[in-house]
Amino acid sequence: MSYLLILISAVLINNFVLMQFLGICPFLGVSRRIETALGMGMAVIFVMVLAGGVTYGIQQLLVPGYEYLQTLAFILTIAALVQVVEMVMQKLSPILYQALGIYLPLITTNCAVLGVTLLNIKREYNFVEAVVFSGAAAVGFTLALLLFAGIRERMERTGLPQYVQGPAIGLISAGLLSMAFMAFSAFRTEQMLQDLAALVGLG
Amino acid sequence: MSTPTFRSELTRGFWRENPIFVIVLGTCPTLAVSTSLQNAVGMGLAVTFVTACSNALVAMLRGIIPNKIRIPCFIVVAATFVTITDLFMHAFTFPLWQALGIFIPLIVVNCIILGRAEAYAYKNTVWHATADGIGMGLGFTLALCAIASIREVLGNGTLWNVPLFGDGFQPILIFILAPGAFFVFGSLMAISNWLKARQGGAA
Repeated sequence: MSYLLILISAVLINNFVLMQFLGICPFLGVSRRIETALGMGMAVIFVMVLAGGVTYGIQQLLVPGYEYLQTLAFILTIAALVQVVEMVMQKLSPILYQALGIYLPLITTNCAVLGVTLLNIKREYNFVEAVVFSGAAAVGFTLALLLFAGIRERMERTGLPQYVQGPAIGLISAGLLSMAFMAFSAFRTEQMLQDLAALVGLG
Repeated sequence: MSTPTFRSELTRGFWRENPIFVIVLGTCPTLAVSTSLQNAVGMGLAVTFVTACSNALVAMLRGIIPNKIRIPCFIVVAATFVTITDLFMHAFTFPLWQALGIFIPLIVVNCIILGRAEAYAYKNTVWHATADGIGMGLGFTLALCAIASIREVLGNGTLWNVPLFGDGFQPILIFILAPGAFFVFGSLMAISNWLKARQGGAA
């Protein structure tokens, strides 16, 4: 049950992009078209789940007294991981590589990825929880990216004043989207899950 | 263009090439920590320290770092100074450290630092690179303070924790919450675009 709670919380209530401001750069950068947004989203889901799992292991390996190496170790792990994923993908699945390849190098500096690995440790998740949370955060990122790309595709065709074009109007529409997502914080998640469980006969 | 001096490199980041409003780098921390002026100043100074030091070190090592692996090298340099900042703030400014949370370690993936290392420090002298780092850091701080002041005054009725209005003041809570960050940032970016266009027209 707690996994479902982590999932709903990370995707909707505390959406990484719209509520926690992680991964804004790719959110503004690659949201011009829905196809590219989807490609980026898939690449992020893939890398984030892997990174969540691997950095969990790295954290266990850090010798007591050397915890301050966490940031350095994590970012290098992520950078290395992205490289490995890129090479493996190129070898094993050229089709997937063609679809996601160009987004992979950008992921190293996506602060959502480093953010999720740090949050996993900070919230003292166990391994499964960490992987679930990483996946859910990435799905939330993709959801926000897709919604936003849809808005932007429409916006391209409207006549906007020159000064608000580009990132400025992007940020303002992201604000509106974020406002819409605030409604999810009214969810009484635990109550809902209990009801749901009772409904399907689990509770 | 005239030959670059320490001063010209320093002041460039303040307005003409402001990292936030013009180059649009480092948006994540800008949105996240601009809830109060105190947080903004703290974050701004932390970033300034890291950009200045990492720019200086990258410029110093530019003859040694091989071109092919320069990005991982930049990340290691940045991570070193971020770790120093993190430990320093934990020790001496604990409440601020708590307020900024994971956004301190996330300075590593702040695009301003890698962007300046790649675009400037790797090709220039230590002296100029340091000036550029300090200038970009202070430009970031200024932009962050502008956003944070508006958000704190409107959303909380205070500035630097000093109440500005009487007891009857009803703060506009949305400005402290996530959507407010997007609105204020977007609006200020549009205003800065407009001012720039006017300056350009006059010259």
